[in-house]
Amino acid sequence: MNKLNFLSPDKKNLYTYLYSGISLFSLSILIVFLNSFFSLDLTSFLPGTINYFLPLIIGFMGLHLIRIEYSGIKFLDIINKNINTNKFNALLSLLIIFVVIKSIPPLLSWFIIDANFVGDSKDACSGSGACWAYIKTWFNRFMYGMYPNAEQWRINLSFIALAFLGGVGFFATEKFKKYLTLYYVIIYPIIAFLFIFFFISGGPIFFDFSYGIIAAVISIVIGFFIPSKFKMYYFLIIPITIYILLKYVFFYEELIELGKIQAFEWVETGAWGGLSLTFIVSFFCLIFCFPVGLFLSLGRRSDLPIIKYISIGFIEFWRGVPLITVLFMSSVMFPMFLPEDMFIDKLVRVIIAISLFEAAYVAEVIRGGLQALPRGQYDAAKSLGMGYWKMHIFVILPQALKLVIPGIANTFLALVKDTPLIFVVGLLEIVGMLNLAKTNPEWLGFAMEGYVFASIVFFIICYAMSKYSYNLEQKYKTER
Amino acid sequence: MNFKKILPQLLTLVVVILVFGFFSYNAQVNMENRGITFGYGFLSQESSFDVQFSLIEYDGSHSYFRAYLVGLLNTILVSVIGIVFATIIGVVVGIARLSNNYLIERTAAIYVEFFRNIPLLLQIFFWYFAALRALPLPEKAEPFFGVFFLTIKGFFVPAFIWNNLDIFIYSVIAAIIAIIFVRFYAKKKQENQGIQTPVLSISIGLLIILPLLSFLLGGVSASIEIPVIEQLSQTSFTYKGGLKLPPELISLALALSLYTATFIAECVRAGVQGVSKGQKEAAASIGLTPNQVLKLVVMPQALRIIIPPTTNQYLNLTKNSSLAAAIAYPDLVLVFAGTALMQTGRAIEIVSITMLTYLTLSITISIFMNWYNKKIAIKEK
Repeated sequence: MNKLNFLSPDKKNLYTYLYSGISLFSLSILIVFLNSFFSLDLTSFLPGTINYFLPLIIGFMGLHLIRIEYSGIKFLDIINKNINTNKFNALLSLLIIFVVIKSIPPLLSWFIIDANFVGDSKDACSGSGACWAYIKTWFNRFMYGMYPNAEQWRINLSFIALAFLGGVGFFATEKFKKYLTLYYVIIYPIIAFLFIFFFISGGPIFFDFSYGIIAAVISIVIGFFIPSKFKMYYFLIIPITIYILLKYVFFYEELIELGKIQAFEWVETGAWGGLSLTFIVSFFCLIFCFPVGLFLSLGRRSDLPIIKYISIGFIEFWRGVPLITVLFMSSVMFPMFLPEDMFIDKLVRVIIAISLFEAAYVAEVIRGGLQALPRGQYDAAKSLGMGYWKMHIFVILPQALKLVIPGIANTFLALVKDTPLIFVVGLLEIVGMLNLAKTNPEWLGFAMEGYVFASIVFFIICYAMSKYSYNLEQKYKTER
Repeated sequence: MNFKKILPQLLTLVVVILVFGFFSYNAQVNMENRGITFGYGFLSQESSFDVQFSLIEYDGSHSYFRAYLVGLLNTILVSVIGIVFATIIGVVVGIARLSNNYLIERTAAIYVEFFRNIPLLLQIFFWYFAALRALPLPEKAEPFFGVFFLTIKGFFVPAFIWNNLDIFIYSVIAAIIAIIFVRFYAKKKQENQGIQTPVLSISIGLLIILPLLSFLLGGVSASIEIPVIEQLSQTSFTYKGGLKLPPELISLALALSLYTATFIAECVRAGVQGVSKGQKEAAASIGLTPNQVLKLVVMPQALRIIIPPTTNQYLNLTKNSSLAAAIAYPDLVLVFAGTALMQTGRAIEIVSITMLTYLTLSITISIFMNWYNKKIAIKEK
């Protein structure tokens, strides 16, 4: 029989140490557990302070006894390696375990046990727990803002359709894969805009933008037959010409009549709100800020001085000011810069402002990727006789963008998290709606529930986005 | 010159000039129509509005420029508080994420994932409208350690009443200057003779001894003023004396530091992980102690990775402090771009001053950062 030395447990009396250690450790957890879940105080006969710290002391002793290196018992080794490497770690582990056990019952009772799930007025919520009936009653408002109840199917329909159209990329066969970029960068945003304009907003069948689309389609179709030598000049001149011709020469009178026909009831943007507005704003800002940022980053690295310095000035300006002042500018200062009779909708102004703001950040991220590429890539592309655009589209950008996926994802996340700021101009997305509901005299005092709800919603969205970006990063990771 | 190079530049220039011209022409016409003249003269006019919380003396009889200063100081105050706490929390959490203790690592990771993925504005609202509103009324507040009162109307903490405060401040400055000299001298000594001086303990000693001397010899004294409850009317109570931290400031500082700390934690983690294992092993193999390895090999390299993104986060925190406007903390945006703008109607001037202030702040910091990056960059031959 070896001598037992409880101050430095070793392998010789492994099981003695093990059993005493585990029983002490379990005892400490049991004390905290009973105290927390059943408010039983096993050790109330002890004086106050000792009673308070007793579980910690017992648990610490227990962990000390089972801290035996290379014991040969797999489970014990895993525990020791992960939570019990030294005294300090053991103490912190115990503290974390106790805090978790202690905080489960109050959280559980607030979220579920004492919470109210049914009812449609404040009186239903009398318990000490959360009042989920409040969220249930206001759910429509949190999702759709002040959008008329009878018309909400339009938002749902548009979102489902857009989600479906956005998912097309996953089902595309090899043959169509090469058109996907074109689809996502140009066609999909236009479709999305049309959906939102016709369905959600209820705009007239024919309006200024329609001429633009027709002009674009016609010029792209003709563009296929133009020799590539003149293509650049062709696309600079022809679409605008067709647009002007269409608008002022060809079908002017007839189309004005068409322009008065509205398929749906008009809902002004001031009434939009809730989570759907968060989605709309983030969606369009995402789509717009990326190409703008791309061009800015190319501009900043260009060797043409004027373009370079304009890009630098633009980027540094937007990066230097907080978004809230940008939104202030778009709401109070920008109208001063427009002719009296010209009016740009609040939502459009906000989307432009946020897009430009985030574009500056995207530009800096992409610039990082461009700088990370070795010079050899540029030289190789040039030596193959590629011009500036060919070199960037086929050689540089695919590699650079791959490198900066995490950075771009972070910028996009920041964008989604920045959307609540549009309250500055009076647009109420989900956080704004919460603040509105909070001040409703019939539903006073449920701020906590609302914020917890919104936090969960945002957490799910942002967490999903960051996980998706991580997957994307892994997918496109190439060994260099 | 090459035609292909000049054309795009010219086009860009023309477009930019056209856009600017269009905007400024419209601005002129609009201002003429509304009878406003452009100018910054209004800054010296009497502001005639009051600000809840201000670091310098201010009331309605002061000028708009003074109101601007009040807002700016409040912005700087909350930014500094936020930066200090965000750094502390961020470094602790960043190191915790590197811990080999599974529970600690997970806790830190959950904290980071959770607070990073919730909009800052929502967090500010949560602290201000939900969490701090759950605090007791002044008359029911239980004091912490007998002197700190956390109430729904704000935090009341004891204040120092100083005698000869300036001498104390001079002593601290003198200590800092002395520390700089000691460091300089120690470095020289090490370079010349290879002898190390215990700089840290000397610095701490100086920081303690010099201010202490000012107490003993310089006639500095400080007494502590504890807040005392006072009845204003039948149902309204407040605390008199001591220092009052308004709930707006607290919730803003709390939200800003908890949010930014997640990003700083990630920077710290990336920095320490960025130091290759070979460096540590090499340092250990030439006989450095673990402390020396950390101080002389790991930290200098890790800091080179950590500091640039962290400064960026400080900058973000300062810019994010403008969200104060949402909970009526009187910062630059609320006082100047909010109240002052509503009163004077001078949108262009006020928004431009506000933006210029933030711009100056961030460009100064980024110039400093570029200088710093150049200084610490690895000098390759």
